[in-house]
Amino acid sequence: MSIVTVQLGQCGNQIGFEVFDTLFSDSHSSQGLCSKRENEAYRASCKERFFSEEENGVPIARAVLVDMEPKVINQTLSKAARSGRWKYGQHAYFCQKQGSGNNWAYGYSVHGPKHKESILDLIQKEVEKCDSLSGFFIIMSMAGGTGSGIGAFVTQNLQDQYSNSLKMNQIIWPYRTGEVIVQNYNSILTLSHLYRSSDALLVHENDAVHKICAKLMKIRQISFSDMNQVLAHQLGSVFQPTYSAEGSPHYRRNPLGIDWQVRPPLSGLPPLGKMPFNKELHFNTSIANLVILRGKDVQSADLDGFKDPALYTSWLKPVDAFNVWKTQRAFSKYEKSATLVSNSQFLVKPLDMIVGKAWNMFASKAYIHQYTKFGIEEEDFLDSFTLLEQVVASYCNL
Amino acid sequence: MTQSVVVQVGQCGNQIGCCFWDLALREHAAVNQKGIYDEAISSFFRNVDTRVAGDGGSISRGKICSLKARAVLIDMEEGVVNEILQGPLRDVFDSKQLITDISGSGNNWAVGHKVFGRLYQEQILEKLRKSAEHCDCLQCFFVIHSMGGGTGSGLGTFLLKVLEDEFPEVYRFVTSVYPSSEDDVITSPYNSILAMKELNEHADCVLPIDNQSLFDIISKIDLVVNSRKLDTTVKPKSLVTSSVGALKKQHKKPFDAMNNIVANLLLNLTSSARFEGSLNMDLNEISMNLVPFPQLHYLVSSLTPLYTLADVNIPPRRLDQMFSDAFSKDYQLIRADPKHNLYLACALMVRGNVQISDLRRNIERLKPSLKFVSWNQEGWKTSLCSVPPVGHSHSLLALANNTCVKPTFMELKGRFMRLYKKKAHLHHYLQVEGMEESCFTEAVSSLSALIQEYNQLEATESVPVPDLPRLSVA
Repeated sequence: MSIVTVQLGQCGNQIGFEVFDTLFSDSHSSQGLCSKRENEAYRASCKERFFSEEENGVPIARAVLVDMEPKVINQTLSKAARSGRWKYGQHAYFCQKQGSGNNWAYGYSVHGPKHKESILDLIQKEVEKCDSLSGFFIIMSMAGGTGSGIGAFVTQNLQDQYSNSLKMNQIIWPYRTGEVIVQNYNSILTLSHLYRSSDALLVHENDAVHKICAKLMKIRQISFSDMNQVLAHQLGSVFQPTYSAEGSPHYRRNPLGIDWQVRPPLSGLPPLGKMPFNKELHFNTSIANLVILRGKDVQSADLDGFKDPALYTSWLKPVDAFNVWKTQRAFSKYEKSATLVSNSQFLVKPLDMIVGKAWNMFASKAYIHQYTKFGIEEEDFLDSFTLLEQVVASYCNL
Repeated sequence: MTQSVVVQVGQCGNQIGCCFWDLALREHAAVNQKGIYDEAISSFFRNVDTRVAGDGGSISRGKICSLKARAVLIDMEEGVVNEILQGPLRDVFDSKQLITDISGSGNNWAVGHKVFGRLYQEQILEKLRKSAEHCDCLQCFFVIHSMGGGTGSGLGTFLLKVLEDEFPEVYRFVTSVYPSSEDDVITSPYNSILAMKELNEHADCVLPIDNQSLFDIISKIDLVVNSRKLDTTVKPKSLVTSSVGALKKQHKKPFDAMNNIVANLLLNLTSSARFEGSLNMDLNEISMNLVPFPQLHYLVSSLTPLYTLADVNIPPRRLDQMFSDAFSKDYQLIRADPKHNLYLACALMVRGNVQISDLRRNIERLKPSLKFVSWNQEGWKTSLCSVPPVGHSHSLLALANNTCVKPTFMELKGRFMRLYKKKAHLHHYLQVEGMEESCFTEAVSSLSALIQEYNQLEATESVPVPDLPRLSVA
C-alpha cells in the first residue's frame, strides 16, 4: 500500500523533506524495542509506503515536488541527495521561474491550468511505480500563492482523475499576526475549494507548533527548521505502519483510510439551539478520534477516557467514533508515544477568526483588484464565505 | 529565477545607479566565492564572452567570464554617463545600452517628457527590447530618477508609459528622489507634480526618497565615525554609505555617500528574491501585499543597521534594537511620521542570522505602538533571507504603506501652488510643443485625488466601525 506525496510551494517542500527524513530515520532506527523480525516487517512496510527502490540501493521518495520558482526545490533536492541515505527522484519535480506572488488567483487560475499536464504527468509516473495505491498526501500552506492556489487546483484534478483514491491534504495555517498580508483571503479560497475535493484536511497551525517549540522543547531561537521537524515528527507518528487489525501481525493498515467524513443521521438530529443539559462543556465536541499508540506496554494502556460519551456529539456512539491503532514497535527512539488525531470543534475558533478577518477586509474591498486581475471575482469570494460559514455552523451545532 | 532590468535616467538616476552596480558586484563577489555564474547573479547581470564579436556571446552557466549589468542608461547631458564609462565600472556596462544627448533638459519637465520623449522614443524602445531579450524571465523594471529636474523627471516618467504599453506583465518599481524644500532648482515643484501624475498612473510601486533624510543619516554616521573614542571604530565595509571593497575607489563626491544608501535599499529589496532563505519573498509579492488599492502605491522605506562596530569586545547591539530602529524616523529614507499616522500595510525584510521567533517577538512588541487600518490589523508581510549584506551579520528593511506620505505630498502641492498662482516660469513650459495649461491642472487634480484617497481612509478610521454582520447561513 503506497502513498504518493505531493509537496507544493516553499512550505510544502520544506516540510516534505523533513517528513521523509523522519520516516526514513525512524524506520532504520535500531531502537525499535521489538524483535528483529518485527523491525524488519516495519521497515519493509514503511519502505513500500513511502519509498521506491533504486538500483544502487538508495531509496527514492515517492514524491512529486512542485514550486513556481526554483530556489526551494533546488535546496530540497540537494539536501536529500547530500544525506546519502535517501533521495528524491531525479526528474520528480516541476519548477518554473517566477513565483505566484502570494496570489491565490495567480496560482489557481494562471499557473494551475498552464501546468496541469506537466504536474499531473509527474504524479501519474509516481502512481505507476506503486503496486497498490493507498492515496495521496498533499503538503501545502494556505497563506501563500503556490501551495494554496496550485494546491487547490491539483487536489481538484486528482479528485477527477483518481476518484477512487483517498486524498489527504496537510495544510499549514499561518501565524495569526501575519506572515502574508493577504493570508486570510488565500486561506478562505483554499479551504472552500479543498472542502469540495479533498477527503481529509489535516491541519497544523504555525502558532501551535511555535508554542510547542517554545514551551515544551524550550528552544530559544526557533527557526522554521525546528518547527518543521516537530511537524514531521507528528506526521511520522501517524503515518508509520501499524497493525491492520487487533492482534494481526501484518502492517497493512492504510494510514489514509479512516473515513473522516462523518455525516449526521438524517433523522434524530436535535433541533438547533437546544443544548442537551447533561453535557459538561469541558471538551470540544468530537465526531471522530483516533489514538495511535507505539512502543512499550501498548496493550495495557487504558483508553477508557476516550470512550466517554461526553466527548462526542449526541448522535454518535463512542464505539463508532473512536478508533485505536497499536503497535509495539517504538517510534523515533521514544519508548512510548501516543498520538491523537481528532475531528472536533477544536478548529472552529481559529477558522471563525480567519473568516471574520477576511470578511472585514473584503468589506473594504482592499486587495480585491489583485485577484480580479487573474479571474477570481467577488462572487468567488462570496461563494467561499458562504461555504465556510456553513462549515463553522455545522461544527458549532455538534 | 527571474531577472530585473535597471533603467537609470538623468544625473541623479545615473549616479545612484552607478553606486548600485558597484555595491551589487561587491555583494555577489562576497557571496559567490567560486566565480560561477549562478542564478542569483543572473538576476542583475549577464555573463558575456567578450571575445565573441557583435553582441558578445551570452554564457548561461559555468565560470564568470565578463559580467554586464542588465541596465539602460539614459541622460540628456553627457557628463555623468561619460564619467561612468571612463571610470572603473566601464566594463560592466554595455556601451550599446546608452541613450545620451548633449543639450540637457534645462530642469524642464516638458523638455524631458515631450521633446526628448518624442525624439528618443524609438531608441528607448529598442534598448529596452534588447535588454528584455537577454532575460530568460523578466520580472521587474527598476527605474531610478529624481523628480525635481528635467530629464529624470520628464523623460524618466515618459518611460513609464512606454514600459506599461510594451511590457504590461513586467512590474515597474520606481525609486524617486523628491526635492526638499530648500532645493536650488526653482521649478522643482512644477517638475515634481507633473511627474507625480505619471507615477500615479503608470508605476506599480514607488519608493520616495528625499535628500534631506539621506543627509541626516550621513550626519548621524559621521558623528559615530568621527568621535575619537578608540572603542567606537566602525567596520568600514559595513557602513551603509560606503563602497569599500567595491570597484570605485574612495571618492570625494558629496552625493556618493547618500547614493550608496539608496543603492543598499535596492539590494536589500531584492535580496530575498536572489538568495535563499527560510521564508522567501519575491518581487511580485511586494506589490501584492503592500498595495491594497491601485493608487496607493507609495512606500516609506527604512534601513537598519547603518553600520557595524568593529570592536568585537563590545557586545553587538541586540537584535531587537534593529527592529526598534527600523520604526524610528532616524532610519527612514524620507521625512515622514508613520507612527502618528495610519498603516495600511507593512513589510519586514530581514537578512542574515535571524529566525522566525525573533521576527515574531519583535512584531508583538512593536505592534501596540503602531496604528493599523481596521481591516488590516495584522497587516504584516515578512521575509527571512539567509544571506546578510556585506559587513553585517543581519539587517532589516522595512517598507510601510502609510498615510504619512500625505503631508509630504500636500507640502509639495503647496509649493507648486505658490509658483503656479503667480504663473512664475510657466512660459518655459508652455512654449514646448504639446504642453498646455491643462497639463498642469490635470497634474494637480491627480495629486489632489490621491490626497483625497488617503483622507478618506483616515476619516473612516476615526469613526468607530461596528462589527460587520457576517453572512448568515440557514
